[in-house]
Amino acid sequence: MNVPADYKYTASDEWVKLDGKIATIGVSDYAQEQLSDVVFVEVVLGEGDSAKKGTTCATIESVKAAADVNLPVSGKVIQVNEDLSKTPELVNTDPYGKAWMLKVEISDPSEINGLMSSADYEKFLQDRSH
Amino acid sequence: MTEKTIFELSSPGRKGVEFPAVDVPTTDLPAEFLREDLPLPELAEVDVIRHYTHLSHLNYCVDEGFYPLGSCTMKYNPRVNEAMARLPGFAYCHPLQPVESIQGSLALMYNLQEMLKEIAGFAEVSLQPAAGAHGEFTGVMIMRAYHQSKGETKRTKMLIPDSAHGTNPASSAMTGFEVAPIATDARGNVDLAALRAACDETVAGIMITNPNTLGLFDENILEVIDIVHKAGGLVYGDGANLNALLGIVRPGDLGIDVMHFNLHKTFSTPHGGGGPGSGPVGVSDKLKEFLPGPIISIIEEGDDEMPPLFGYYQPKNSIGRVKSFNGHFGMHVRAYTYISMHGAEGLRQVAELAVLNANYLLSKVRGAYKLPYDRVCMHEFVLEGMFDDVPDVHALDIAKRLMDYDFHPPTNYFPLIVHEALMIEPTETENKQVIDSFAEAMLNIAREAHESPELLHEAPHKTPVRRLDEVKAAKDLVLCCWLPENSE
Repeated sequence: MNVPADYKYTASDEWVKLDGKIATIGVSDYAQEQLSDVVFVEVVLGEGDSAKKGTTCATIESVKAAADVNLPVSGKVIQVNEDLSKTPELVNTDPYGKAWMLKVEISDPSEINGLMSSADYEKFLQDRSH
Repeated sequence: MTEKTIFELSSPGRKGVEFPAVDVPTTDLPAEFLREDLPLPELAEVDVIRHYTHLSHLNYCVDEGFYPLGSCTMKYNPRVNEAMARLPGFAYCHPLQPVESIQGSLALMYNLQEMLKEIAGFAEVSLQPAAGAHGEFTGVMIMRAYHQSKGETKRTKMLIPDSAHGTNPASSAMTGFEVAPIATDARGNVDLAALRAACDETVAGIMITNPNTLGLFDENILEVIDIVHKAGGLVYGDGANLNALLGIVRPGDLGIDVMHFNLHKTFSTPHGGGGPGSGPVGVSDKLKEFLPGPIISIIEEGDDEMPPLFGYYQPKNSIGRVKSFNGHFGMHVRAYTYISMHGAEGLRQVAELAVLNANYLLSKVRGAYKLPYDRVCMHEFVLEGMFDDVPDVHALDIAKRLMDYDFHPPTNYFPLIVHEALMIEPTETENKQVIDSFAEAMLNIAREAHESPELLHEAPHKTPVRRLDEVKAAKDLVLCCWLPENSE
């Protein structure tokens, strides 16, 4: 399971990559593996939207299931990945790279403290498998 | 694809029908509606009949074999149901006839309403909804109408346990509610702490499936209902799993306010391609006035000499019609027949044998497969279709391999709270030999998974088409084998 060290994670399997006040958001390798072949991605927030942490920001459908992606931090959407609607399989092939879903300007930097480090997330994944 | 399509069987000039000469004046269609090129298949009648009869033989159905599709209750549909539905008095009546001329059909619907009320413990039933999810949608609209009638417009949140049926969140969202998932505890029950935490003044209600999609009866159901009621919410019961409870537990007695019945599951009307479905809704006393109509009632009491006169009424604050006329009347006839043939004792036996069959099957496969919630199950159970020591074998491989053993695969990848879920419901209509041979196939497959996993990865081997490309099927939505030349 790939859990890059320079990303932050949520218990609902989103990742966050920070660059100053800008957070790039996607879903983890674990999430894509659980979903299996992804056939549809829709980012439901648009550029300029402000939303609170926990808001559904995207939906993913695979051959097995449909899942919501929750916004890991509150903020204003500054960019949306337009490629995913045409090539949803990027979520399977490059979850931490080309399958980024949206970039958000963080409104409350203290929320970052609530996210998991890569070490915490790896431990969380181990404990979760039952 | 080895089978030819009807278009590929076409031969220019071949005809199935010879129309008689026109003996009335004709008018040409306006030119803009005419097209030069319309390549419809050209075949003789016998070619068409053979083609579709052949395709139907490739299909798998409950008349042919075991169909353990969890949560769908694919029980055998008795032929007496069909005989009754074909009686001319039922088959050829029309809902626009004067009520005096269709008293038999109205009496049947009235009596079916009464039976469903008695079976599930409700004050009134509407037969209108066309299927299970339609019944859910209707039920949730009734909940909304109730809250609105009390001026409680702030109640916008619908609680849905993550062990509920997948249609529940959709029905709530379509009705305008905000969906709040509630976690399941380690025993497979609703997590009471999570439920209490979610119960505030914005709660409209809960949609609960009991037995839930793990096939488990919620041990705290009375407390769950009480918590929601105390918060001012209503309790919706998803009746899809009623087969496990017939004659034993009445959802209305538990305190459930509104529930849909799946006549096509519990009451043996055809299901899945052979439908249509039928999803009547039952409600407690306080929700009666909101039911969709028309509801069948006695509009003139009878006496010793005259039978009562049946007719229609619309509840006073009805959410309105949800279906044209009376719903799927043909299904009402079949369900009425099924209930009448069984009687009270027989229905109880249905539930007892459904639960016994599921537990017998579970006892045979336990050990070979992981059982995440290991309890006595109700009418179905959920296994993990994965093995720690062969990580590349998945539930889908097991499901596909079962087809090589001539069984319909179980429901897979649902419920979502079980990894690689295989959800198995044998129903009461299967005998011991059938269940034994299915158990043996499951045990063989578990062995094959370890010894020759490629057998599973490449399955099915014996079906008319091999493993389908599900990604292509989901993404490349071209269902037509022929496209006009200038189409995109």
